[in-house]
Amino acid sequence: MDLLDIIGPVMIGPSSSHTAGAVRLGRVGRLVLGEEPKKAKIFLHGSFKETYRGHGTDRAIIAGLLGFDTSDPRIRESLKIAKELGLNYEFLPIDLPEAHPNTAYMELWGDTSIARVTGCSIGGGAVLITDINGYPVRITAKYPTLIVPHNDQPGAVAKVTSVIAWHGINIAQMSVARQKKGAEALMVIETDQPIDEETFKEIKRLPGITGGFIIPPL
Amino acid sequence: MYLESIEQLIKIAKENGQTLGRMALILEAKDREVPEEQLLNIMRERLQVMQSAVTEGLQGNRSVGGLVGGQALKYQAWFNSGKSLASGVFGKAITYALAVSEANASMGLIVAAPTAGSAGVIPGVLLSIMEEYEIPEEKVIEGLYAAGAVGLVIAYKASLSGAQGGCQAECGSAAAMAAVAATELLGGSPEQAAHAGAIALKGMLGLVCDPVAGLVEVPCVKRNVSAAVQALAAVDLALAGITSAIPLDEVIGAMGEIGRELPLSLKETAQGGLAATPTGKALAQKIFGGKEEKNGENN
Repeated sequence: MDLLDIIGPVMIGPSSSHTAGAVRLGRVGRLVLGEEPKKAKIFLHGSFKETYRGHGTDRAIIAGLLGFDTSDPRIRESLKIAKELGLNYEFLPIDLPEAHPNTAYMELWGDTSIARVTGCSIGGGAVLITDINGYPVRITAKYPTLIVPHNDQPGAVAKVTSVIAWHGINIAQMSVARQKKGAEALMVIETDQPIDEETFKEIKRLPGITGGFIIPPL
Repeated sequence: MYLESIEQLIKIAKENGQTLGRMALILEAKDREVPEEQLLNIMRERLQVMQSAVTEGLQGNRSVGGLVGGQALKYQAWFNSGKSLASGVFGKAITYALAVSEANASMGLIVAAPTAGSAGVIPGVLLSIMEEYEIPEEKVIEGLYAAGAVGLVIAYKASLSGAQGGCQAECGSAAAMAAVAATELLGGSPEQAAHAGAIALKGMLGLVCDPVAGLVEVPCVKRNVSAAVQALAAVDLALAGITSAIPLDEVIGAMGEIGRELPLSLKETAQGGLAATPTGKALAQKIFGGKEEKNGENN
């Protein structure tokens, strides 16, 4: 806990977990998709499912998908704004076994890509992303986070981490997940310093790297 | 900044001849390796958001769930008529606490202090004292650091979340934080400030979190008023030289213990207390009786 988190954050009410945290979940969804979302299916679990309307959780997630911050007054009007911008959304109930009570699973479509993100709002506006495109992850979005899909082969991790080290960026935490041996895998790297554009480009050019995106601290 | 106890902060503040608020600011700046000026500016912005939330709440907007709205406006009119029981700081604090809580419930911009559900308490107490006693802005900003330091100790020793500790952890903590800050604004010593915090929190111990329909509306908005008034009374007692037999650190410890022992039904699950009354259940049914949502259907 941080003193400025105690007298803070500055946010649109009414609930840090059901509103501010929900905005952050939507923002992560947008970053993973990497383009303007055109269609969104949002599945809500637990307390999110039961109380989303009265807490404005729906408006908050859509606001995040549109790229708004937790203190942006446009959160109130986000459903209308989504309509104007051509984002079609749907909120659906879901029961996810053993998931945190405030969990959302988002299926997102842009013009060229599709993303699937699961995350929960764990209190005080903090979030935990638990799944990206079918890969189990644990991302808090408190640190700059680099997410790199890559071919599961020897040396892939070493190449990426050495580029990061070369640019003087320190790795705080990292993990690697794969769906099956030798197929595509996902590196999640949380760093102490922000990852600049040049470093990011260099990583994406490495052999065996199939994409990548950055989630800045939210 | 890491802070283990209020006692520790009092000791450091006294050694350095500072108020708790100023000392918390100095320690925080040292810890973050930034100039104090930068931290003052961040908190100045938050103070301004608290002030704008009062203005917003006094516009009388309905809440998202539709259970609250317009109460601050109604009370302000009563207060201004001169007929209200509460006068001066007390009447203003009630007005402001209501206003900020209603702004929160209607998706207004607020400072979670320590949470969104208890966001009305600190502005209610500090802004009313600031106005009535013409306290300079910088002093109030330091007061917010004192409040924040108390919140840090509570987060460490107990909890600031209704889901973990009941409403005592949200509105109770806010009352303790506000009382400590306000006592210093009115010239009380660090010890007196801690006594005020202890007295305020003792009055909120055991308070359950039982929101109707799970929303931050009923009883949250009016509980912010209860906590603000509780805090002001505690400040007055402490300034009169009345002490708390149990020191603030131990009251915080007790609050954490009580929070752990509270049943789940009374910790923000909307399963017990006011949420489980016939009227509470009927209101929940009224709000959530609708169907699923798509573009164009429910907006």
